[in-house]
Amino acid sequence: MNLHAIKAIYVFELARTWRTLFQSIAGPVISTSLYFIVFGAAIGGRFASVEGVSYGAFLVPGLVMMSVLTESVSNASFGIYMPRYSGTIYEVLSAPISAFETVIGYVGAAATKSVILGTLILLTARLFVDFSIAHPFWMVAFLVLTSVTFSLLGFILGIWADGWEKLQIVPMLIVTPLAFLGGSFYSISMLPPFWQQVTLFNPVVYLVSGFRWSFYGAADVPVALSLAMTALMLVICLAVVWWIFRTGYKLKS
Amino acid sequence: MQPIIEIRGLEKTYASGFQALKGVDLDIRRGEIFALLGPNGAGKTTLISIVCGIVRATAGSVTVDGHDIVRDWRAARSLIGLVPQELTTEAFESVWATVSFSRGLFGKPPNPALIERILKDLSLWDKKDTKVMALSGGMKRRVLIAKALSHEPRVLFLDEPTAGVDVELRRGMWEMIGRLRESGVTIILTTHYIEEAEEMADSIGVISGGRIILVEEKAALMEKLGKRLLTLHLQSPLDAIPAELAGYPLTLSDDGRELVYSFDSQHEHTGIAGLLRKLGDHGIDFTNLRTEESSLEEIFVSLVKERA
Ligand SMILES: Nc1ncnc2c1ncn2[C@@H]1O[C@H](COP(=O)(O)OP(=O)(O)O)[C@@H](O)[C@H]1O
Ligand SMILES: [Mg+2]
Repeated sequence: MNLHAIKAIYVFELARTWRTLFQSIAGPVISTSLYFIVFGAAIGGRFASVEGVSYGAFLVPGLVMMSVLTESVSNASFGIYMPRYSGTIYEVLSAPISAFETVIGYVGAAATKSVILGTLILLTARLFVDFSIAHPFWMVAFLVLTSVTFSLLGFILGIWADGWEKLQIVPMLIVTPLAFLGGSFYSISMLPPFWQQVTLFNPVVYLVSGFRWSFYGAADVPVALSLAMTALMLVICLAVVWWIFRTGYKLKS
Repeated sequence: MQPIIEIRGLEKTYASGFQALKGVDLDIRRGEIFALLGPNGAGKTTLISIVCGIVRATAGSVTVDGHDIVRDWRAARSLIGLVPQELTTEAFESVWATVSFSRGLFGKPPNPALIERILKDLSLWDKKDTKVMALSGGMKRRVLIAKALSHEPRVLFLDEPTAGVDVELRRGMWEMIGRLRESGVTIILTTHYIEEAEEMADSIGVISGGRIILVEEKAALMEKLGKRLLTLHLQSPLDAIPAELAGYPLTLSDDGRELVYSFDSQHEHTGIAGLLRKLGDHGIDFTNLRTEESSLEEIFVSLVKERA
């Protein structure tokens, strides 16, 4: 195991976050705060409570998940796309470092950022609404699993994309809509039956539901299913990354 | 002693179908400076990229200090430093950070004293906190060299290291490469500047069209092919070379005004004195004369033309 290499990549990537602190951390925290002000405080006051919690509190897990998964994708995709674009990837490819170690470095750093971001949003949310966390262990587990899975997805995107447009189009056209329709703002049970069925094809639903369960003990889908779906996504992403390095896809000619 | 790099039957066909390497066999001796000379598109970068693990070979094998680059990739790559042809550098990192990063990437524990020495050797010390994007091209090139040296490679590849570097700095770089060799590092460089190969290399390989067409020690190459030419500008043009001079390797220019004599500069008896005496005997006067030495450049150009 080339631990020095993993550390070098990890530290390097986190240093990038530090340099772009506003963009990577402050930006999402501020925009999430705006959601709270608009939906939680302004509009939410008129809503009855959802599943026994106030609408403001109901929003918290969903908003955290939304930021975490969109930021995971964009951070990780940028982290690997950048060296491909500038050509500095030659160094990683020529170094005595395995695919697995490379992924730990890049994806680990992106996931770390997401976990920090999620935590900061939670702390910010606490300023606006009162909420409690029923299952802290599972809360952390879902947060970490989601961060890792979507960072892997971002890593794949960053390797697949061969232009800045593609790099931005996938988060914009796929990840953000799925996140918005993933039950962050509403409970699935509020939808008409047909749309409830359709929604179940959206993987984000499982994440948000499981995550919300860890807060309030209530969920749209069974929590075991949430966990299984998250694990499944993780395995799929891992398999794709494994295939990428095995074939050298877009990395080696 | 076993060569530090052994390349056997190496072939590369890119996805486009273009065959960049057509069966390369090459041994590089431990501790030497090996210059790989070849025109643009000859396959130099492709060859280096395969040895360094950036490009996959289509066929053939490479070992570095006995380690196969595919089966035993980790050991092989740990020994290699690469300075790429393109100036690919991080933009926003400081010089210090990017060079330290390289050391870590190659699995070496931090060693600030070593990095300090490398940066000082390359006259980059006062730029250590500068962002790489703020450096000139020559400095970026040296940052790339510092990155490659940061992990103490035993084999250093320099792909056109002095392209775009001004003459003064080029000298400094040559000196540094010389010092590296003295410390036992094997150096493989590709270059367009034949002057560079002539100045520094112990051995020279010529590659053209994806094939190695010649590998020779520099001294032997120069001797074998180092012909000199003596050109005599004649007072009155000749129709043909006089029969009495048939024994000499002479050529006559089309207008009959220049007589060119080629001789071996390494040889004790060049035969010039005898030739000039004979010319005098036959009343062939000349107004001017000059001698030229064929440089590596000419040798190289004629070699590549010959095979093309
Ligand atoms: N990724 C690639 N795909 C297709 N052809 C390539 C690729 N890289 C290089 N080539 C071709 O292979 C040949 C050798 O290139 P290269 O090794 O860079 O030559 P050199 O370094 O000697 O100038 C060139 O004709 C080049 O166009
Ligand atoms: Mg080249």
